[in-house]
Amino acid sequence: MTIDNIREILDCEVICGEEHLQSDVHTACGSDMMSDVLAFVKDQAVLLTGLVNLQVIRTAEMMDIICIVFVRAKMPDENIIEFAKEKGIVLLSTNYRMFVACGKLYEKGLGGGERI
Amino acid sequence: MNSLELRYTVDSEDFTLAGDAASRIKKKLKRMELSPDIVRRASISLYEGEINMFIHASGGEIIVTVSSDEIKMELVDRGPGIEDVKLAMREGYSMAPDNVRSLGFGAGMGLPNMKKYTDELEIESEVGVGTTVTMKIYIR
Repeated sequence: MTIDNIREILDCEVICGEEHLQSDVHTACGSDMMSDVLAFVKDQAVLLTGLVNLQVIRTAEMMDIICIVFVRAKMPDENIIEFAKEKGIVLLSTNYRMFVACGKLYEKGLGGGERI
Repeated sequence: MNSLELRYTVDSEDFTLAGDAASRIKKKLKRMELSPDIVRRASISLYEGEINMFIHASGGEIIVTVSSDEIKMELVDRGPGIEDVKLAMREGYSMAPDNVRSLGFGAGMGLPNMKKYTDELEIESEVGVGTTVTMKIYIR
């Protein structure tokens, strides 16, 4: 699915990266622990998180994650948004909670990779 | 491929800068003829190592050497040292303070992740002197 599909499914606000909405995503990872995210390597991935700080963007950068969805209507500050823009990472915000947001994407066919 | 040596000093205090060295190194590695998978594995390992330097050692030095066979990454700090390396390697074991946990780290996954993404990991540590972590990723 595309990032734009995610925006639609989760009724997201696009915070930045509008120009990348047609990029494809193949897998997703949902976590507030960046160490857990770093244990997960997949191509063209999206990260769902309730954590809002610069290290979330850094983590995405290291993992080649192309889109971050902030759940529970969390909004990053200007610093974080600028940093994400520099790295070419799309930021979205949804009012759904983590469990429901992940479930909705999974239901529409977005996988999370195999078991550990 | 030409060999390359990169050196970065990690100067801690401001945790928002943690990952800056890994980010700069990733940029350089991306310009070399390396597969995206190798670049990503190296970047994640360096990032985890750099985070550890911030949390435990107030900084240190990162030296990355890329040759035709491997990427060698050395992280040298003058921190408190690791008392029990075997215990530190255990998944879930962490000495990180609460403020770091609130930022999404300190789950005891740093060293296990570094081991997972590299082909060789060696830790030399002396309590009160410091720690040197050496990681290698084979290119071929």
